[in-house]
Amino acid sequence: MHERLSVWGHLWRHAVIWLALAFAFFPVVWVVSASFDGSNTLVQQQIVPIVPTLDNYKMLVQEPRYPFFTWMWNSLKVATVSSSLSVFLCALAAYAFSRFRFRGRRGGLFALILVQIFPQVLAMVSIYLLLLSIGRYIPALGLNTHAGLIMVYLGGAIGINTWLMKGYFDTIPRELEESAFIDGASRFATFTRIVLPLARPILVVVFILSFIGTYSEFILARVLLQSNEQLTLAVGMNLFIGDQYARRWGVFSAGALVASLPIVLIFMLMQRQLIAGLTQGGVKG
Amino acid sequence: MPQTIVRPPGRRRVARGLPGGWGFYTRLAALSAFDAVVLPFVITLFRDQEYALAGAVGIALLLINFVVLVERAYPLRYLLPGLLFMGALVVYPAIYNIYVSFTNYGTGNILSMQQVIQQLEAQTYAPPGAPRFPYAVFETEQGERTLLLTAPDGRLLVTVGHRVVPLAHVSGPEAVGLPEDPGFRLDVTVDENGNVVRIGDARRLERREVLQRLSALQHLELDMDGTRLRLADANNFQALSPRYTYNRAENVLVDNATGVVYVPKDGFFTSPDGERLLPGFRTTVGLANYVRLLTNPAIAGPFLQVFVWTFVWAGMSVVLTFSLGLGLALVLNHPQFKLKGLYRSLLIIPYTIPGFVSALVWRGLFNTEFGQVNRVVQALFGTVIPWLQDPFWAKVALLIVNLWLGYPYMMIVCLGALQSISPELYEAAYCDGARPWQRFWHITLPLLMTSVAPLLVSSFAYNFNNFTVIYLVTRGRPPIAGAVTPAGATDILISYTYRLAFESGRGADYGLAAAVSLLIFFIVGTITWLNFRFTRAFEEVEHSA
Repeated sequence: MHERLSVWGHLWRHAVIWLALAFAFFPVVWVVSASFDGSNTLVQQQIVPIVPTLDNYKMLVQEPRYPFFTWMWNSLKVATVSSSLSVFLCALAAYAFSRFRFRGRRGGLFALILVQIFPQVLAMVSIYLLLLSIGRYIPALGLNTHAGLIMVYLGGAIGINTWLMKGYFDTIPRELEESAFIDGASRFATFTRIVLPLARPILVVVFILSFIGTYSEFILARVLLQSNEQLTLAVGMNLFIGDQYARRWGVFSAGALVASLPIVLIFMLMQRQLIAGLTQGGVKG
Repeated sequence: MPQTIVRPPGRRRVARGLPGGWGFYTRLAALSAFDAVVLPFVITLFRDQEYALAGAVGIALLLINFVVLVERAYPLRYLLPGLLFMGALVVYPAIYNIYVSFTNYGTGNILSMQQVIQQLEAQTYAPPGAPRFPYAVFETEQGERTLLLTAPDGRLLVTVGHRVVPLAHVSGPEAVGLPEDPGFRLDVTVDENGNVVRIGDARRLERREVLQRLSALQHLELDMDGTRLRLADANNFQALSPRYTYNRAENVLVDNATGVVYVPKDGFFTSPDGERLLPGFRTTVGLANYVRLLTNPAIAGPFLQVFVWTFVWAGMSVVLTFSLGLGLALVLNHPQFKLKGLYRSLLIIPYTIPGFVSALVWRGLFNTEFGQVNRVVQALFGTVIPWLQDPFWAKVALLIVNLWLGYPYMMIVCLGALQSISPELYEAAYCDGARPWQRFWHITLPLLMTSVAPLLVSSFAYNFNNFTVIYLVTRGRPPIAGAVTPAGATDILISYTYRLAFESGRGADYGLAAAVSLLIFFIVGTITWLNFRFTRAFEEVEHSA
């Protein structure tokens, strides 16, 4: 099919890739360099720092008005809790759709798909007003609370994740469950002891995808969180850098690298599983 | 596909040997306890006129009871937790959003009519013939202040906190007749003319000193057995009356000072002359928000620009990311090309960095004065580009950022799709003497499209609402000249919605924002639905259901 590559063929292909790599790494190189640059400014930044230092990283810990690691902790917490709950709730629902036959089942499956057409951010105004009202009665779930934000993320993720899982559950043979029934196991026990362990690959992929999505989510967090120490990384870092690129570039760059670390690591470790999942859903902000 | 369904063991045959009734009674007890907490909450919501919320919580409660009590609803026990969250935080807001788009909800019209009436009825005024109370001010060294008022009938009154109480006698230590504390005393000192000169440690201030304290005195509101007193002029306090009275039967508000009758209209109590009382209340306004959006030139003009740019943005983003992604995939896909795996891993790096981080970094790199992008431009072309100031270049900058963010996804997808194209097709084409670009146009692209097209459509829908990139790179700026709503040259519909609701200098306009988001919903909904139709996703659902 393909002709043999000539020397020129090799050369131009490598040249194209190197150009693309230059584009891909352009921001990365500058940010890594800035994070070690003592001048802490975008102005006249050199690609190799004149005075290499770790001061920017130290500033991340020390700056009390911009509690970077509090934000990071908030992001990790919100993402972990909402993704775990999401996996659990979706697995329950997917199990019901996959194994039970009941009235309204088909309608329910369609409803899941239809709801997914409506992106949750479109309703940000009413979500804001809803949490405002809830907060009057249950302050712990109102505006500016992590529980409230987790609740919102959880609601938005149910539809698509249930579908992904239902598809996988359908492929798990029922014979295993049937023999468990015969041995006298209850419905719920077969679900937790047999189906869930077998479905681990999809549970992991759904967890990771929703973790990445939540960790990077900006708009709802921005609308719902208000006080400085409650912010997630996305909102906090936007606040921190503002228009201060001439004065905070170095510290911001150090923060940007630390903030990206968990997600980049997850991608590196799970590349193969994620790529398969991404081509189906494409969930990343 | 035929399915063999073994009857589930059924709830009645409990596995662990528990007596059958037990589980049921435990459940019943837990449910009662739950209902006992939630039911009063629903009633409270109703009483506070939060009807939508009360209805939603009520329905959820009913569902929970149904599912726990009715054996037949067993499958729903697995479904309900997820469905409740989805209902509460996706479906309910979506419906409420429709309602809000038909209201004037926003700054100036935040409160319900009930609350506004309460606020207006609490306002007071001093009717012209109201009794006047000349006063004197007494102050201790520490600045604690007591006022001595003279009633129109000549009785003397003193202030205790904000309360005004009669002074029984004007000489020596006297009981002041506080109802709840009869023993409360004020040591009043009188000079030879019968004028009070000291109350306790507080000395009577000179007129000059009183005048210096007028601004503080103006803010005082004293309470004399329910009648409120306020400073009327430099020398007198005056009794106040409620300014407005609400007439429930006729649903009008009467101004007691002028006799003007205010009628609720478009969210404000309005006089026959069209004068409006503040604050306004929230009320339905029919299609007013949609009409404004489409006909008010100061809103419709910028809205149209935002609307068009949203489509350009989403379309160009897909075309650019797909072109680059496909190009790189084609280059990498040659079997004799070396280092393919390494290059692929490196090229997807932009995709692994959280979007908000990349967007904020690029915002810095595109800085016109100091940014690294302009340094490269300067070196190549000897000039700089006003990336974030000029509407055109701001759009170019955004597309470059989104190209950077999005091409790896397209590359991954295309690499996968290219693998699945059968090599025989190429061999046949090669034998027939097709040139490389002919093979691309007639084999690669059409076959690729069958599997990639749906992803391109979802990518379009995703970028249609890609708030993070727009907002974090340009914040929607530069502003559109002459717009009365916060509309910027690079705003897309979703960021425009956000700014209408939460960042407008003229106050929030939730109603208009909700109307815009409903429009977006129809556009995105239509696109997604068509996508489903063409890719037969519905049939797939039908099939797998």
